[in-house]
Amino acid sequence: MEQFNGKSIFKGIAIGKILFYSKKQQQVKREKIEDNEAEIARYEAAKAKAIEQLRELCDKAAEEVGETNAAIFEVHTMMLEDEDYTDSVYNMIRKNSVNAEFAVAATGDNFSAMFTEMDDEYFKARAADIKDISDRLIRVLQGQGNTGEIGEEPVILVAEDLAPSETVQMDKSKLLAFVTRFGSSNSHTAILARTMNIPALIGVDIKKEWNGKMAVVDGKQGILLVDPDGTVLKKYEEEKKKEEEAGKLLSQLKGQTDVTVDGRHIKLYANIGSVADVANVLANDAAGIGLFRSEFLYLEKDDYPTEEEQFQVYKTVAQNMAGKKVVIRTMDIGADKQVPYFGMEHEENPAMGYRAIRICLDRVEIFKTQLRALYRASAYGSISIMFPMIISVEEVMQIKKIVEEVKAQLDSVHIAYGDVELGIMIETPAAVMISDLLAKEVDFFSIGTNDLTQYTLAIDRQNAKLDHIYDPHHPAILRMIQMVVDNAHKENCWVGICGELGADVTLIEQFIKMGVDELSVSPSFVLPVRKAIRETKYR
Amino acid sequence: MKEFNYVITDEIGIHARPAGQLVKEAKAFTSKITLEANGKSADASKLMAVMGLGVKCGMEVIVRADGEDEDEAIAKIQEFMKRNL
Repeated sequence: MEQFNGKSIFKGIAIGKILFYSKKQQQVKREKIEDNEAEIARYEAAKAKAIEQLRELCDKAAEEVGETNAAIFEVHTMMLEDEDYTDSVYNMIRKNSVNAEFAVAATGDNFSAMFTEMDDEYFKARAADIKDISDRLIRVLQGQGNTGEIGEEPVILVAEDLAPSETVQMDKSKLLAFVTRFGSSNSHTAILARTMNIPALIGVDIKKEWNGKMAVVDGKQGILLVDPDGTVLKKYEEEKKKEEEAGKLLSQLKGQTDVTVDGRHIKLYANIGSVADVANVLANDAAGIGLFRSEFLYLEKDDYPTEEEQFQVYKTVAQNMAGKKVVIRTMDIGADKQVPYFGMEHEENPAMGYRAIRICLDRVEIFKTQLRALYRASAYGSISIMFPMIISVEEVMQIKKIVEEVKAQLDSVHIAYGDVELGIMIETPAAVMISDLLAKEVDFFSIGTNDLTQYTLAIDRQNAKLDHIYDPHHPAILRMIQMVVDNAHKENCWVGICGELGADVTLIEQFIKMGVDELSVSPSFVLPVRKAIRETKYR
Repeated sequence: MKEFNYVITDEIGIHARPAGQLVKEAKAFTSKITLEANGKSADASKLMAVMGLGVKCGMEVIVRADGEDEDEAIAKIQEFMKRNL
């Protein structure tokens, strides 16, 4: 097995045999001709035929990849009709009595050189268009047919370079991927590959000997594997199958609402742990973010993140979500998430120790910095704030007091902020037992099933020996969820589940019947959960 | 002769498609229309020459029209550029 790197144009996996595509070498010989005007007439006839071919290609491309991408062939037509180009060809034929093929090849070289020398990537890439139209003219003059024939079996096409007209002429159902040495991510071929959803790699050091060999194109990592080992091949086959299934689910469920058979709307949100995850949230079509773990801001750094740094991150997420709900949880540092600069003492039992809201209420300045950043960002989207590890009403009262101080301070300097919903995590048995009282104080609850299970069953999540009895389906947990929902609804407080249990499709029906309003799951689970919601009855 | 200045706002600059459209517009007039940018000048009815100017976003282009229908040509090209470039 050999591995080669390239620049990926379209992420995806392709597995198949390589077809090494080499253009028929267009041998253009300089010949002396007798009748200059007859040669010009020959050129004009070839030009007319080339334009006719381009019109057909344009129609084919418009059908396959859309009008916008097909417009390149109209540009090609105009290039063929360009006066300077035509003048140059005429001139060579008349002055030097050369054959039309030679005049076209020389003119094409001159014009493409003009673009190659430009200092802008886009204009540089246009040299390929000039080459493409010149080659087309030469093919017509020499009486050759179209290029781009591939056999019956679908292939990974490997080539030095591909002209847009070549990629469009190819039968798409026989194409698994493109791999080329040349070409840029600005080239029309790259754009077409993206539009056709075909994995493509450019800048690969390709070899003729690969022809007919088995290969894998991994567009995610930008690698080409030639002659992959059995185990590697199997891994990719599985990944590709998953990708296809996900793709199928996506096309069926994307844009669909999260409504049960009998019409109850469920808020289906996604959990994220960094800004980069937002793309995944949108790609999987979640209606919002139900848990944005803000810890990464603290874990990634060597010192406390500043208000401005945090503000930029929250603002970016709010803006990218374009008005969809974003629930941000204040930092949950401590327990298994340790940060050296917090200077915390060693604890015997950190899961029950100095962590999360306990640190925030003790070291209020850290808390206020985060709250100010959150409120400032709330002017740019729909932000809600959620507090972790709550065990008492007093804590909530303290938090609300600090929130009011932060708001007053922002008011005093005329900084705008939005309408922010405040909620708490329900992850301690204490919070469950007093959920009737807590519901009076907040807008929403989010049940963190991982910690709730650990504290309720008295099982350390980190202890692998206890895995077999760590049972989030335990009736105690399910009863607690029911109790929380009932208490919350009495006070018009909405309830979500943001722990791993939320994505457990075997429990979704039960959660919905319990009255759970929101489920927040990893982005990749959004669509499977949507499917389950749409198949469930609320009553 | 009439002329106007225009600063390109299109991200890629005067790229292939709008250049093609611009050439079409320019060919409809009898006046000689030229574009000047990037220290070079080009006949607006010639696609390769227009693209060869390599006009990028933020560059200023001077458009000149000389001939019987120069007023009309200037108005039309100006409108085209505002809309597409």
